[in-house]
Amino acid sequence: MTLVIFAFVIWLVAWRVNVALANSAASETRLVKLVVPIIFGFTILVVWELVVRGLNVPLVILPPPSIIADTFSAKLPILWKDFVQTFVKGALSGYLIGCTAAIALAILVERFDFLRRGLLPVGNFLAALPIIGTAPILVMWFGFDWHSKAAVVVVMVFFPMLVNTVAGLSETTAMQRDLMKTYSADPWQAFIKLRLPAAMPFIFNGLKISTTLALIGAIVAEFFGSPTLGMGFRISASIGQLALDMVWAEIVVAAIAGSAFYGIVAIIEKGVTFWHPSQRG
Amino acid sequence: MRRSFFPIIFVIAGLLAIWYAAVVPMNIKMALTAAERNGFVVTPVGAKERRDRSAMLLVVQNTFAIKETFALERPRLPAPHQVAAELWDSTINKKITSKRSLVFHGWITLSSTLLGFAIGTGLGILLAIGIVYNRAMDMSVMPWAIASQTIPILAIAPMIIVVFNSVGLQGIFPKAIISAYLSFFPVVVGMVKGLRSPDQMHLDLLKTYNASSTAGFWKLRLPSSMPYLFASLKIGIAASLVGAIVGELPTGAVRGLGARLLSGSYYGQTIQIWSALLGAALLAATLVALISLVQRLTLNRMGML
Repeated sequence: MTLVIFAFVIWLVAWRVNVALANSAASETRLVKLVVPIIFGFTILVVWELVVRGLNVPLVILPPPSIIADTFSAKLPILWKDFVQTFVKGALSGYLIGCTAAIALAILVERFDFLRRGLLPVGNFLAALPIIGTAPILVMWFGFDWHSKAAVVVVMVFFPMLVNTVAGLSETTAMQRDLMKTYSADPWQAFIKLRLPAAMPFIFNGLKISTTLALIGAIVAEFFGSPTLGMGFRISASIGQLALDMVWAEIVVAAIAGSAFYGIVAIIEKGVTFWHPSQRG
Repeated sequence: MRRSFFPIIFVIAGLLAIWYAAVVPMNIKMALTAAERNGFVVTPVGAKERRDRSAMLLVVQNTFAIKETFALERPRLPAPHQVAAELWDSTINKKITSKRSLVFHGWITLSSTLLGFAIGTGLGILLAIGIVYNRAMDMSVMPWAIASQTIPILAIAPMIIVVFNSVGLQGIFPKAIISAYLSFFPVVVGMVKGLRSPDQMHLDLLKTYNASSTAGFWKLRLPSSMPYLFASLKIGIAASLVGAIVGELPTGAVRGLGARLLSGSYYGQTIQIWSALLGAALLAATLVALISLVQRLTLNRMGML
């Protein structure tokens, strides 16, 4: 019980510190902006640890962070193999295929106004559907290995990517297109120099949305059948053994992989669309 | 809308045509095996012979079997009309209390979707208000809320189900938690953006009226957040439905759309999978359309449309 009270006290103190920092004169500096969320996240971990230990919560309900960290470092080789199977083979290959195909189709379709007007609403509609449900079908078609996971990822990222690219390619104004004409640019030049760069913020928006979708697709598809490795397989198998520390370790891997993937795409975006107002601030 | 009517019809017809065209090569091997068993002459003879042949070549060599590929009982890819027939059969012809009725399973999934959506949206709006009015909360929570969007939260779903099961909670509630969790973050992020959307001029005007902070909330911030709220509600309800469906997978649930998907994949009942999938799609479309309708009515009433 003392641990729980201790956790409560720590929470109060940390919150006081954060309030003081947020309302101080230095609250706009980079350092404080970074420190405040870190204090908050760290406090949550400490409170979680203390409350779980203080109340003797059984391991099969919620393991404390320290045990999760132990499992994480002890099972690193297994986690790495799962990561390669699910992320590198399944999610990443599906992401590349799906995004390339969607961008290619968008570039083809965009030239025809008729198709564009039909494809945008239909694509928007399909993007909102629970496409993850195609996982059992695709696992049946492509087998248990990573090919079926990549296929699920392709289907999941395709429509958001298509809709964003089509929307982006029609972003240019009549004035800009006229300027290209006065330069006597041929359609190909106008595409490379004007329409494609103008579409980049939209394309990267789609690419960023797709990073999360890709990881979700690859993990959930493994619930429908997989070889005996992979993050989704490990999660469902460990749940069967009530080894929740292993499940949490996989979730940590998924979180790191997801945010790193998103971060990398965001960095590339910064390099490519440096001219866009949202990147200049 | 009327301008896009024909293009939309055209695109949908194109998708259906691709679907129908894909059915033939996908199912040709099964159809030929069945035809051979019924005494037809198939080239080449024997299922083993055909296994490594290209599907297109087989179609050309056995044109008589094209019709059969649309009528298999457990096809690799069912034709659209087979799925439509199954959908009709399992929604209209079955009593809705029957375990074979898709309406029954759909309702199981829908109820936890809606419960979770209500919880997630409510909490999300509350947190967003806290973030907008409390600077410490903004600086501590907001970075995590944004970062959490890049994390595949859905991976936690099976664990939530099992953990709640082990403390004795079953049925609608654990699934609703997943739905709530998935709809929570989009609503927080959208609502924060919305509550901050009034420009400085409007906020200053309220100050000159000597309006209290509560009045500012009800008369300016909340109304101007509505377009943002509805945009995130549409994302949230779709995410909630996905959450409820995935929540039905790990425990081997016997009821719900996710359970239909799972049992279909266990027993190779492809038509059942496709009809459950289409049922889920219709459900998602209806929910999003309902929110769009409420959005239009609300924004219209507020003069924002």
